[in-house]
Amino acid sequence: MDLSETDRLVVAAIVDGLPLSRRPFEAVGARVGLGEEQVIDSLKRMRDGGVIKRFGLIVRHHELGYRANAMTVWNIPDDRVDAVGRCFGKFDFVTLCYRRPRHMPDWPYNLFCMVHGRERDAVLEQVENLADACGVENVGRDVLFSTRRFKQCGARYGYAPKPLESVA
Amino acid sequence: MNDIQKSLLDEFQRDMPLTARPYQAMADRLGISEDEVIETLTKLSENGVLSRVGAVIRPGTVGHSTLAAMSVPADRLESVAALISSFDAVNHNYEREHNLNLWFVIAAADRQEVDLVIEKIEHLTGIKVLNLPMLEDYHLDLGFDLKWT
Repeated sequence: MDLSETDRLVVAAIVDGLPLSRRPFEAVGARVGLGEEQVIDSLKRMRDGGVIKRFGLIVRHHELGYRANAMTVWNIPDDRVDAVGRCFGKFDFVTLCYRRPRHMPDWPYNLFCMVHGRERDAVLEQVENLADACGVENVGRDVLFSTRRFKQCGARYGYAPKPLESVA
Repeated sequence: MNDIQKSLLDEFQRDMPLTARPYQAMADRLGISEDEVIETLTKLSENGVLSRVGAVIRPGTVGHSTLAAMSVPADRLESVAALISSFDAVNHNYEREHNLNLWFVIAAADRQEVDLVIEKIEHLTGIKVLNLPMLEDYHLDLGFDLKWT
């Protein structure tokens, strides 16, 4: 779907999250000069149109005890990557699954799949399960565990909405 | 984690009600009060479990974004990571176990702006940035299935 300027303002206004108050859409609308109804209608349209994949509580896995955060990367033959990607994407412990370009010779991997688990060993076992279930036991792969989080927030996409406090 | 916290996290990672009083609608579904929902979410936000109440945007629909990676010498990692985090366009920034040890996501209004951030980072650090934009998204995001123990 095509996004209107209103939709873009709404995305920008909720980037740091809805306020935890009784009329949150009224409050976010006030940040960008939109009414409560306009905000709600825009969000519904974007959710129905697939621009918003989900709307709700966004959690930090680490704080919930899922401390093993692994970016698994795979070198899948081009003619199989769509099928394998869709296969990976169905597992409930997978939180992202994207195809990305290779950069030879430094980077041969074209499929990225995030796996979150409580322990490293459990994650490595899940990676084995993925490989078995989707028929890619014999392709090149690597598992990059995260060791430090320097920043995690919502994407801003170039918009810088005024913080709530500065709205008169 | 108490039962109200668990129920909220189980029920509302997706399809949160889009109504004027969403916390009231959530409360009705769980048989508790609006104030309890707001208090519980505030608590979860304070202890860091809740990143935010909001939208997960499908990549490529709003603006442009990419995943970037760098191979940073260990003694420069802190300072380079801080520099990268200081860009508003950077929303995730992690150290990972690999020769390419710093991984971050850049999101901006369009591709030119993303490329400009990459150029600036390369110029300021003297380190090459590997640019890995998403080509296809295979994951239907239903939120995270939490296994309570």
